[in-house]
Amino acid sequence: MSAKVTNPRDYNLAGPENQNAVDAGLASADWYHSDIPRKVMKELMKRSDALATRDTLLWVALIVISAIGAIAFWGTLQVIPFLIVYGVLYGSASDSRWHECGHGTAFRTTWKNDLVYHVASFMIMRNPISWRWAHARHHTDTIIVGRDPEIALMRPTAIAKTALLFIGVPGIFQDLQVLIRHGAGRVSNAEKDYIPESEKKKTTFWARVHIMIYATTVLVAIIMQSFLPVVLIGGPRIYGVWHAVMTGLLQHGGLAEDVLDHRLNSRTVYLNPVSRWIYWNMNYHVEHHMFPMVPYFALPRLHALIKDDLPAPSHSIFAAYSELLSSIWRQRLERDYYIRKDLPPTAKPYREDLHTLDIARSDIRISTP
Amino acid sequence: MSWLDVCDAEDIDLEDVIRFDHGDRTFAVYRSADGAVFATDGLCTHEQVHLCGGLVIDNTIECPKHNGRFNYQTGAALRAPVYDALATYPARLNNGRIEIEVIKSSNSKNNNGPPL
Ligand code: FES
Repeated sequence: MSAKVTNPRDYNLAGPENQNAVDAGLASADWYHSDIPRKVMKELMKRSDALATRDTLLWVALIVISAIGAIAFWGTLQVIPFLIVYGVLYGSASDSRWHECGHGTAFRTTWKNDLVYHVASFMIMRNPISWRWAHARHHTDTIIVGRDPEIALMRPTAIAKTALLFIGVPGIFQDLQVLIRHGAGRVSNAEKDYIPESEKKKTTFWARVHIMIYATTVLVAIIMQSFLPVVLIGGPRIYGVWHAVMTGLLQHGGLAEDVLDHRLNSRTVYLNPVSRWIYWNMNYHVEHHMFPMVPYFALPRLHALIKDDLPAPSHSIFAAYSELLSSIWRQRLERDYYIRKDLPPTAKPYREDLHTLDIARSDIRISTP
Repeated sequence: MSWLDVCDAEDIDLEDVIRFDHGDRTFAVYRSADGAVFATDGLCTHEQVHLCGGLVIDNTIECPKHNGRFNYQTGAALRAPVYDALATYPARLNNGRIEIEVIKSSNSKNNNGPPL
C-alpha cells in the first residue's frame, strides 16, 4: 500500500489557512480540560514570591559567578566550563523565565514578574511585547495551522535546519532581523494578526531599548579589542540555547495539529532535576496548557492529580526524542502522520469532534505518489 | 426593582469568584478578603472566557486563559493581553444574601490598556 501524502500546509498566519481554521471552528475554540474541583484548583493556582525569589537569586548568582570565571579565564582553555554554564543559564534558563513571568505566574508580586520578564526577554532576544501577544495566541490556538505563531516543527520538518537550531542559527540572525524591523516601527502581516495596533508603539520602544544595549556591547568590544563583551551579552543565543531548543521541540513536536485537546498535541516528559530547574518544570506541558494559571512550582502536584486522565508521559529526554524523530522521519512521506498516544482506561476519551478535519478540509488534497 | 438575588454570602469563599447567569447574560460575582461583594461581566474582554475559573488576588481577577488581569472593583484592565476594561455592576449584601444590580453598569470602554 502506498503512503498517503498531502500538500504541505501553509503555516503563515497571513495565509489562507488562517481563515480556513476560523471557518472550521478551530480558532478561539473550547478546549478539553480534565476535571479538578475548584477548591483544589485554587490551591494549585496560589502564587508565592518565596520560591521564585529563591530560584531567581540562585539563577542570578550562578550567572554572576560563571561570568566572573569566564572573564578571569578568558583566553585560556579553562574558560570553557564557565562558558558552558553561563551559556545555558543565559541562553536557555532565560527562555523558561521569560515564559513563566510572561504568564505572570512565577511571583505573586506583579513588578517582580514584569522585571524578570523584561530581563529574560532581552536575554533570549525576544521582543517583550510582540512575544507576549504571540504566546497568548499560542495558548488560544495551540498548534492550529495558520493561527499559532509558535509552531516550531512544521510538516514536513526541515531536518537540517532544525538541527542547526541547537547552535542558534539561523535563529539569531532571524531574531536580529526582527529586532531591527521592530525598531524601525514595522510589524509583519503575520504579526498584525495577533498584535493589536495599539501595542505597536510599545513593540518599537522595547526593540529600540534592546538595540541600544547590543550596540553599546559591540562598541565596548571594539574599544576593548576583545570578543568578550559579545560572548557575554548576546553570544549565549548561539552557544547556550541548546537546552531550551532540546526541551522546547519536545513540547508539541510530532503530535497532532488542528485538535482541541492538549492531550493530543502536547507532551509531558519526565526530566532530571537539573533540567527541570533550568526549564522551570515546563516538561509538564500538557498540564501547563490545560491550566496556564498554575505556577511552575505546582505543576508536579497538578500532574499527580490528573495523570490518570492523560496519556502516559515520556520517561526521559531520550525516549521523547526517539518517538519525535521517528515521527518526523515518517512525516517526510506521510504528512498527516502524528503520534497518537493511548489513554489510560481511567481517562475521558479524546475530543474527536474536530479531530479529522485536516483531511476533510477542501484546501488539502490527498494523493498517492 | 432591579436588584437580583445571587446567593448566600457564605456560598462564595473570601477572595473568590463565582459565575452567575441571568437570562442570556453571565456575570462574575466576587467576595474580597474583607467580605465586601462586587460584580462584573462574566466574560473576559480579551477572548470571551468565563472569569469564574480565574484567580482572585487582592483586588484583581486573573483570567484563566491568558492570565490577563482586571481590577474587579473598578473594571480596569491591568495586565496584557486584556486591554479593554470590564463592565462592573453594583453589588450589596442584604440579610446575608448577595444581590447585584444588572441594569446599571460602569462604562466598559477602553481604558488605554495595561502599562508597558
Ligand atoms: S481570554 Fe482572558 S486574558 Fe485572554
